[in-house]
Amino acid sequence: MTSGLRGLALRLLCVLAVLAVWELLVRALSIPAYILPPPTAILTALYRGIVSTLYIEHIWITLTETLLGFMVGTALAFALGTVVALSRRTEFFLYPFIVMFQAMPKVALAPLIIVWFGLGLTSKVLNAALVAFFPLMVNTIVGLRSAEEDRINLMRSLAATPLQIFWMLQLPNALPYIFAGLEIAMIFALIGAIVAEFVGAQAGLGMLIQSMNFSMDVAGQFSVLLILSILGLILNSIIVGVRRRVLFWDEREKAEARQTATTGGGI
Amino acid sequence: MGEALNGDAIAVRHLWKRFGAGTDPLVALQDIDFSVRDGEFVSIVGPSGCGKSTLLKILAGLLPASHGDALLRGTPIDGPRRDIGVVFQSPVLFPWRSVFGNVLLPADVQRLGREPMRQRAFELLDLVGLKGFEHRYPWQLSGGMQQRVALVRALIHDPALLLMDEPFGALDALTRETMNVELQRIWLERRKTVVFITHSTSEAVFLGDRVLVMTPRPGRIQDVLEIGLPRPRSLEVMNTEAFGVYVQRIRRALNAGGGLE
Repeated sequence: MTSGLRGLALRLLCVLAVLAVWELLVRALSIPAYILPPPTAILTALYRGIVSTLYIEHIWITLTETLLGFMVGTALAFALGTVVALSRRTEFFLYPFIVMFQAMPKVALAPLIIVWFGLGLTSKVLNAALVAFFPLMVNTIVGLRSAEEDRINLMRSLAATPLQIFWMLQLPNALPYIFAGLEIAMIFALIGAIVAEFVGAQAGLGMLIQSMNFSMDVAGQFSVLLILSILGLILNSIIVGVRRRVLFWDEREKAEARQTATTGGGI
Repeated sequence: MGEALNGDAIAVRHLWKRFGAGTDPLVALQDIDFSVRDGEFVSIVGPSGCGKSTLLKILAGLLPASHGDALLRGTPIDGPRRDIGVVFQSPVLFPWRSVFGNVLLPADVQRLGREPMRQRAFELLDLVGLKGFEHRYPWQLSGGMQQRVALVRALIHDPALLLMDEPFGALDALTRETMNVELQRIWLERRKTVVFITHSTSEAVFLGDRVLVMTPRPGRIQDVLEIGLPRPRSLEVMNTEAFGVYVQRIRRALNAGGGLE
């Protein structure tokens, strides 16, 4: 316990040291604020943004887009992944599309989506959903197909129906893969929302960065980046928290091995 | 062997299994013919690749035969059935289900209802010495304990036939002997019809009322032994001359069939 606290203190100290060096260098070399602002200026910008509730409104909008996109994208990914995993025929016909979309950088579709669905919430949600879709779909397919032959044979020997094999074996067996996919999908949804805001939006943290860039408010941009990083951490820890509760039976090694399966998703 | 008698639990008649088609199929089972009496414990011993697991899969309804019949209480086994319990080589427990949940899996699949099965589950867990472990998870148990859970799961729906495919093959020698004694005790109490597959000659003799000796390429029954050792048998029986004679005869049959090459 004490060693854990000491480790935390050491890390904090290290971060503070880096910030101090950053501050000193910027001042000593008189680097202009529109190139690299000192940490104190970033913190001031953060404080002002939050107190004036300007940031709060934009955080709320980006968060809404991200969560809605995550829900839409993962729901569709789970549904389609399940159909593909269970039906070889569906896989046969969908395979070319899946391969094509998997190789494509999904964020490159953002300009089109803005043209089709406008500058409002819909286009951001759809873009976030699109980017979040693939990692979960791939993991759902791999997970549902990962049930060991012995386990399938056991279920069959009990005269289980295909539906029972799905609910009692394949689905719980796939959960570690599905949660690994959800973790990535959550972060991807945030990326999708931000990129769509870059391309065209009236509000949101991505739009805020864009407008601060035009007005050369670099300290402001850094403060928004800091918010995005914290937002990502919080969203990720929500999924991790749920996973730990649901997957109490899963071994750590398995979860780590699966991270490699997930890289098939791509942004 | 031969004609089906009344009271036969299993009748296997001229059963063949070929893998692959064309002019050169692999003959996994050649003209297998035997019966198992109701309440009898039959061991099938043979080296790996002799088709004994294929035979068990056919009896479990997991694999169709190429030719011939396998009957359970007079009706052909042509697919998975609810009156068969199977214990596999590995325990095959679901880590997301507790011991109790795993044991009740057949009840869930066959919609027997959990409530009526509860009492039976507790009794059987008590019988195999797992009282108090109902709410543990499989990964909290040793290999031997996991296989006991698998045994209870195979018995929970009161099947007419218990199929065991080298159930103790993955255990260490000492645990294995303990499990053999345990299995005999449980069998003496419940008197199920058991088909027990193993590659250990001493295990086959120790447990069986009868031993079928299988040899490979093609898989066939080389010899059948009635084991006349009185029950309950203790581990010391393995040191007796009678036991040695049975083991010798199995070895000779395996040698004759090219099984020990």
